[in-house]
Amino acid sequence: MKRYISILSLAAVVAVIQLGSTLCGREYYLTQLTMAAYYSLVAVGLCMLMGYAGQISLGHAAFFAIGGYTTAVLTTMNLQAHTSSRIVSLLVQCGLAKPGTDLYGVAQLSLSPWIALGGAGIITVVIAIIIGIPVLKLKGHYLAMATLGFGIIVYRITLGTGLFGQADGISGVPQFTIVPGIAIGGGFANKVINYYIAWVMVICGMLLLLNLIDSRVGRALKSIHGSEEAASAIGIHIPRYKLMVFIISALFASLAGVCLTHYNGGIGPSEAGVMKSVRYVAIVAVGGMANLWGTLIMSVLLNYLSLRGYFGSYDDAVFGAILIGIMLFAPDGIIKTIRTKVEARVKVKVRE
Amino acid sequence: MLEQTVQYILSGLTIGSIYAIAAIGYNIIYNATGIINFAQGEFIMVGAMTAITLSAFLPLPLAILFAVIITALLGALIEICCIRWLDRPSVLRMIIITIGLSILIREAALHIWDEKVRSLRFFTGNEVSSVSVFGAHISPQVLWVLGICALIVVLLNVFFKYTLTGRSIRACSSDKMAASLCGINTRNMVTLSFMLSGAIGALAGCVISPITQTQYDCGTHLAIKGFAVAVFGGLGNSMAAVAAGLIVGLLETFSITVMPLAYTDAISIAILLLVLFFRPSGLFGNREAGRLKEF
Repeated sequence: MKRYISILSLAAVVAVIQLGSTLCGREYYLTQLTMAAYYSLVAVGLCMLMGYAGQISLGHAAFFAIGGYTTAVLTTMNLQAHTSSRIVSLLVQCGLAKPGTDLYGVAQLSLSPWIALGGAGIITVVIAIIIGIPVLKLKGHYLAMATLGFGIIVYRITLGTGLFGQADGISGVPQFTIVPGIAIGGGFANKVINYYIAWVMVICGMLLLLNLIDSRVGRALKSIHGSEEAASAIGIHIPRYKLMVFIISALFASLAGVCLTHYNGGIGPSEAGVMKSVRYVAIVAVGGMANLWGTLIMSVLLNYLSLRGYFGSYDDAVFGAILIGIMLFAPDGIIKTIRTKVEARVKVKVRE
Repeated sequence: MLEQTVQYILSGLTIGSIYAIAAIGYNIIYNATGIINFAQGEFIMVGAMTAITLSAFLPLPLAILFAVIITALLGALIEICCIRWLDRPSVLRMIIITIGLSILIREAALHIWDEKVRSLRFFTGNEVSSVSVFGAHISPQVLWVLGICALIVVLLNVFFKYTLTGRSIRACSSDKMAASLCGINTRNMVTLSFMLSGAIGALAGCVISPITQTQYDCGTHLAIKGFAVAVFGGLGNSMAAVAAGLIVGLLETFSITVMPLAYTDAISIAILLLVLFFRPSGLFGNREAGRLKEF
């Protein structure tokens, strides 16, 4: 019950922020909040993997990029030349490929974002399984380096492959029309609706994860985090649970990648960069590792400040400093550390 | 054809020996503390950058000497500020701290030295001078790199085998408790290993800088290659790292003939992943011993 109250208050806060910014005529804040929401989706997914399953991933930006690039490639591909092919005509008949014109008035036949979304999901799961099975056998430094290596390989591929636009990335990604009138995409008119789309996704994601944590799976994960030997002794199939969480968190990242790519109308290789992955890890660490709400709050806060440019040219340095500071002085996350300090002080006072 | 092959081999050996030095830097710290220092690549960058700045008004050997000393002090500073006083930190915590350190050092370098690509001047001759080896023309700097790397390896071996301090560090790595009971100050040995690792990294950065040039972010990929090589050889085993470094360097250089240049980086990382998946104890490591190590 408690978690539904938290979720409802989150929804209320989201609505209040929107109303407030609209009333004050500052709707432009919503753009960064929308983007921060999508990045938070990656962060809470990673929090599940790092905090609850205890597996570090220094390559999570790669899954974000896999989602983003898949949808970008599929929806910007022009099928006009292949209209005679049976598959393409079938897609057109089902309404899954739409004719239109591009910027220069050239006739274009592009795939529906729904297909792209499905494709991104399938590719993400397949890659997560291929990478996850061997990687999750590793521990500590080896796990960190292997996931980092995976991230770098994906980054190099996006940077070096013509299909992915090399250093320029892919632009001109169309809107993602969910139902007529509601679409993920840029443009001032769409600002409020996109803000709500993003936050509904975050809320659904949080609900899913919170329920997962409180289920049999969540308890199994906690026991794995505590001691793998003990967990396997009571009959928990460790590799399966680890892989499951890995796939779930990869899907979260990939979904965020798909949505943000449609929202921004494009994606570039920097989204797959090592620094992005480290950033997600920093956010989870600040949030307190096994703390979904802490991660969500810190993620929105830090991403919002970073996107609005408050950190200036010290953007990466801020995240580096946060990582060190948190790990040195508050390895349980800011919120928990402050709470324990306050509680300790209260106890002292009570005793006095 | 022969000249070209010799050319490729020599340039492979050059990169490979730098990877080997980076890997040895990891191994020194790993042996003393069980920590993988993700900021190892930044030592290389800081060393080269400092030497470049100092060489503007100091003779080259002095500039390099001071760069090595300054980087060693940086290593000590890192250890004293961020590692020394932690009580049994978890591996995850150490990974995140050293990653944070590498980001901070890199960003500090960006603000000190900006984004420009710089390079140290050639130790002998200049950009165009060359020596002929089996018909292949190579820069004399390549010989410097190979020579200095070989020298570092030999000196390190002598240091760890025959000097009291070197033996103390080795004692700490095999059993901290026993070492401290013998009157070795284990904490100082850890600081020393960070200094040593910083100094070696800085020296490697200086010799390679005329050939590869230095930028504020060049440490990251050297760090990853260095780690790949360290794991490939077997973590903690410095002599194996040399062999592994040369193999990876050669593979990478020859991969240019069959693959686009942009993918070269992916080669060593793919090797790293394969080794991690199939033989985590490394090419020359002992499987049984590997299982006993803590990660």
